[in-house]
Amino acid sequence: MLNFTIRRLVLAVPTLLFISLVIFLLLELAPGDPMAQVPLTVPPEVKEKMREALGLGQPMHIRFWKWIVQFFWIEPQVLIDAMFGTTFSEGDLRVISWQTRSPVMDIVVQRIPQTLWVVGTAYVVAILIALPIGIYSAYRQYSWFDQMGTFVSMVGFSVPPFFSGVLVIVIFSVQLGWFPSIYDTTLVVNSWDSFMLQLKQMIMPVMVLALQITAQLSRFMRASMLDNLNQDYVRTARAKGLSEYTVVMVHVLRNSMIPVVTVIALGIPAIFGGAIITEQVFKVNGIGQLLIGAIQANDLPMVQTLTFIFAVLIVLFNLIADVLYGILDPRIRYD
Amino acid sequence: MTDHDRTDTLVPDEGLAPASTALPTTDVMEELTTPPRSQWRDVWDQFKTHKGAMIGAILFIFIVAGVYLGPYLWSIDPTQIDIRSRNQGPSWAHPFGTDQLGRDILARMMSGGQTSVSVGITAMLLALFLGSLIGVVAGFFKRLDGPLMRLTDLFLALPLLPLLLVMMLLFREPLSAAFGLERGIFILIVCAIGITSWMPTARIVRGDVLAIKEREFVLAARSIGTSNTQIITRHILPNVLSPIMVSATLGIATAIITESALSFLGLGFPPDFPTWGRLLFDGVDYLQQYPERVFWPGLAISLTVLSVNYLGDGLRDALDPRIRGR
Repeated sequence: MLNFTIRRLVLAVPTLLFISLVIFLLLELAPGDPMAQVPLTVPPEVKEKMREALGLGQPMHIRFWKWIVQFFWIEPQVLIDAMFGTTFSEGDLRVISWQTRSPVMDIVVQRIPQTLWVVGTAYVVAILIALPIGIYSAYRQYSWFDQMGTFVSMVGFSVPPFFSGVLVIVIFSVQLGWFPSIYDTTLVVNSWDSFMLQLKQMIMPVMVLALQITAQLSRFMRASMLDNLNQDYVRTARAKGLSEYTVVMVHVLRNSMIPVVTVIALGIPAIFGGAIITEQVFKVNGIGQLLIGAIQANDLPMVQTLTFIFAVLIVLFNLIADVLYGILDPRIRYD
Repeated sequence: MTDHDRTDTLVPDEGLAPASTALPTTDVMEELTTPPRSQWRDVWDQFKTHKGAMIGAILFIFIVAGVYLGPYLWSIDPTQIDIRSRNQGPSWAHPFGTDQLGRDILARMMSGGQTSVSVGITAMLLALFLGSLIGVVAGFFKRLDGPLMRLTDLFLALPLLPLLLVMMLLFREPLSAAFGLERGIFILIVCAIGITSWMPTARIVRGDVLAIKEREFVLAARSIGTSNTQIITRHILPNVLSPIMVSATLGIATAIITESALSFLGLGFPPDFPTWGRLLFDGVDYLQQYPERVFWPGLAISLTVLSVNYLGDGLRDALDPRIRGR
């Protein structure tokens, strides 16, 4: 098992390097100039100095190498410093945002909790809804419940979040006035009232995100249950005289969960990407909105870092899914 | 000769005997003379039994026809500005009302739909071409299998939506300068979506090609000296057509959603060149006063995608020989 994990880890390194290269090269072609905002009265030689101060003077491969060093060597040191109060990273150059002229990672760290809070809750809610639906749909295949489930998940697939989000805003905040349409991140939860407010503002974004995830997961759960329900060991379990509950909820469910768990792990990075739109609709100032803002402001280091963080998340969760599959299903471990 | 004889003997019969006595003989004769049913006939019969797929197919054809043929019936120019009749509700002159500049929303929906549907179909074709090419080559030539599949894995690990946004940001200016504003952005969106969505098709096609390559008829073709290109085009490609068709339908759905998402984030088509996503984006500003402006484009996107998804679902069942005929 350790061997399997290590091999996967080693394979992740070239993947990450390739992705960082793609992102870097893509941005290298950018026509945007960070000096565009500088007044015309500034002489050209001063501008040239400013460009060099931003690290733009050197050839491409050196800048790529510097960026890699900054991202993989200096930023972790900063993290360790912040956690343990050490001074590893003193005096090192960090990735600087062109918008705010402050380190990119500091801003990202400020924004991540909002995203994690909304996306994480949505994911948990979706799993809690999707699994029972999937199990029951498979157990009563082609019943009206199953047909309804199929239809609802088809709708969940088809209605894009920028429509479902706007639709719930129209219904629940414009027409009914139940929930606020804008997510207020400055709200401090310190009393029952503020907790209720937080709950109210979270319901709509969480529901919109959860609808999509539920649609996928419940279908997957159903298919996986159906694969197992007709197996021989289920008949054996029934023949032994086990109760129907034990047969379905213990024997079948445990085996069906193997692929579902990996799908859950694989879906997490996709959700971060999808949350970009939901964050935009509900004005949640998470990393998705940060990315959109950075793209519109032509802030390339920020865009580069954020895109790369998304890529790291994808590779990381692919790895987790692979290892998880190996742990749950010993047949997969071909050491 | 025999056909001629039969009709000759039957025609006088009809006057004398009741028709029912003559029918069984013709039935038997027909059964013997009809050619064996083609595969596509079977597929169609199976497809017809899937109600959702039939409704989806009809709805999709209806939407596409409405979007492309509608402007001939509803001849108001979608860009015509009429400030005096701005922000009108539904009326006979403007069934969906007018927007803040007095442009007819029905006409804008049709012209937006044309863009959305053609972006969807073109991007799907591009992704399909890339995916089938890479899938067939990876499955057929053992030496290229490893590198091409690693490439597919790498592409699958890319964060697609952020990358699409970045691509839109970077190449918008040069391409619109080279091909004109509308066409440049059209090419950009189609290429961006196509390049980032071929991977599932490639994987499925490769798997099927790997299985088909080992079958006897390919061996037979090879033994009579058929070249690789001809084996691929004559023997392999027709056999992997069904997974390609299914991913084609799903590809249209994802492409339409992606294009709308880009337009919704303000990084798609320019404002005076409507698509459904752009109309939705513009409608959000007037959400409180005129919620229907968000509703119509959103409904159009959702219905199109829903119908295409059902179509793909039915197609998958119809093309699967294990399910067909049951």
